[in-house]
Amino acid sequence: MAKKTYSFYPGCSSQTKASSDNYLKSTNSMCKYLDIELKEIPDWNCCGASIGYAEGGELPRIALSARNMALSEQHNPGMDLVATCAACWLSTREAKERIAHSSQTLSEANTALAEAGLSYKGNQAARHMAEVLVEDFGFDELKRGVKKPLQGIKFAGYVGCQTNRPFGLAGESFENPKYLDNLVEAMGGEAVPYDQKVTCCGGALAFSEPEKSQKQIKDIIESAYDHGAEMIVTPCPLCQANVEIYQGEVNKRFGTKFNIPVTYYSQLITVAYGGTAAEAALDGQLIRATRLEDIAKK
Amino acid sequence: MSENYRNNFLKEVEERVEEGHWVKMCMQCGVCAGSCPLGAHWAHPPQELFMMIRAGKREEVLTSDSMWMCTSCYNCVVRCPRKLPITHIMHGLANLAYRLGLSPKNQTTQKFASMFWNNLAQTGRVNELKLSLGMYFKDGFGQGIKNAMAMQSVGLGMVKAKRLNPMELFGGHGIKDKSGFHAMLKKAREIEDRRKNFA
Ligand code: SF4
Ligand code: SF4
Ligand code: SF4
Ligand code: SF4
Repeated sequence: MAKKTYSFYPGCSSQTKASSDNYLKSTNSMCKYLDIELKEIPDWNCCGASIGYAEGGELPRIALSARNMALSEQHNPGMDLVATCAACWLSTREAKERIAHSSQTLSEANTALAEAGLSYKGNQAARHMAEVLVEDFGFDELKRGVKKPLQGIKFAGYVGCQTNRPFGLAGESFENPKYLDNLVEAMGGEAVPYDQKVTCCGGALAFSEPEKSQKQIKDIIESAYDHGAEMIVTPCPLCQANVEIYQGEVNKRFGTKFNIPVTYYSQLITVAYGGTAAEAALDGQLIRATRLEDIAKK
Repeated sequence: MSENYRNNFLKEVEERVEEGHWVKMCMQCGVCAGSCPLGAHWAHPPQELFMMIRAGKREEVLTSDSMWMCTSCYNCVVRCPRKLPITHIMHGLANLAYRLGLSPKNQTTQKFASMFWNNLAQTGRVNELKLSLGMYFKDGFGQGIKNAMAMQSVGLGMVKAKRLNPMELFGGHGIKDKSGFHAMLKKAREIEDRRKNFA
């Protein structure tokens, strides 16, 4: 297959030494194996996520995404814009649709952008990396690169909210999207069915309402365990952080003994394609994914 | 300004709340009321808030902390038979309450949301360390130490896994064109304030 090039929006959490540093590293490795070139949008800014609403309001939030899209159009013309963070993707795509639906919003956004010497045209699609894998490659093509199948490992594919709603991947259902399970199986792993696949982990409220959100996190992990999963895999950096980081807190609060690794699909693919533990950024896990490390060592 | 709206809260919501013009489309089916992950903690689920808006219960709606429990999970949006953008209406209501100074004092999500925004508006990117320290110290220094201690193991683990950079406290990530970025946000805010009568 010929090289594919995308305009890349990494997002704050994927910066070096930020909370999903390991997502970025493993995405870069995965892309190397798939012959994908990611051209970072120069000088991209934070998208504001959903939680920006209280202080940010509406138009300033749209302007944040419009600036990224305008920079992408200008510097990376002719490419699709691709994000790895669910929240980044959602904000960008949402801003794009708001602008497309209202000529007033378009002109207001461009008035704001003009202050930064930019203008927005809306000629690039805003996509999530999972869409690239599923739509531009497809499972059969992805399977072809597998050198070390993730045989015998049981994964709970945790899709969460914002990669799934309100947009989601084309052709998938909101209540039971299958693409993450299909990805796991394409890599030779086993995807266990469980009932909390699209449950919200609390999102940003994990921080501001810890007790209430940790109940959500507990339900998700408990269900994964109950259905035999040894590892959770997710496409969303905030899901990953919330479900991994707070396990100790959840254990204290609920008397559980959770200790389940939470990984990214990009780490699975990197290991299955023969990448090293370092390439898959497995050293970035707070709860070591030893079964993946073992396969990477083989 | 708010005086003009006293007698017609629905009209005010339509003009000043993000996607507020959708509220009148709600048919009170109740599907959204069962959709919120933290629903047990909402005194008034979205369906009820929409009913209260139409009944003109301005004070009760805007002082409620219900919409601050919205996790932006979009469960409601994909289920609503009338396709109301409920998530954004919740954000918009919270924003209006906050702008009018009516939101409950010490609402933690509101504080976090403000910190988050101010953090990103300064440098163009979020500085996770400053953000989390800010959150721990929001209740003052003593409580902050306690909160930070409680989460210390998490923080140290993140530093060890190279997913939190202690040096961020002294700078860290940011964009280059800060002046253009600030001017853009200022302009966007100006336009919005004029349109929503906050100016
Ligand atoms: S949503 Fe999160 S990761 Fe994405 S740009 Fe905003 S703060 Fe950064
Ligand atoms: S599951 Fe949690 S972190 Fe993931 S998108 Fe939903 S709210 Fe955000
Ligand atoms: S689901 Fe939609 S129509 Fe039904 S009560 Fe909620 S907002 Fe109204
Ligand atoms: S997006 Fe907000 S209002 Fe809608 S179901 Fe989730 S928490 Fe409830």
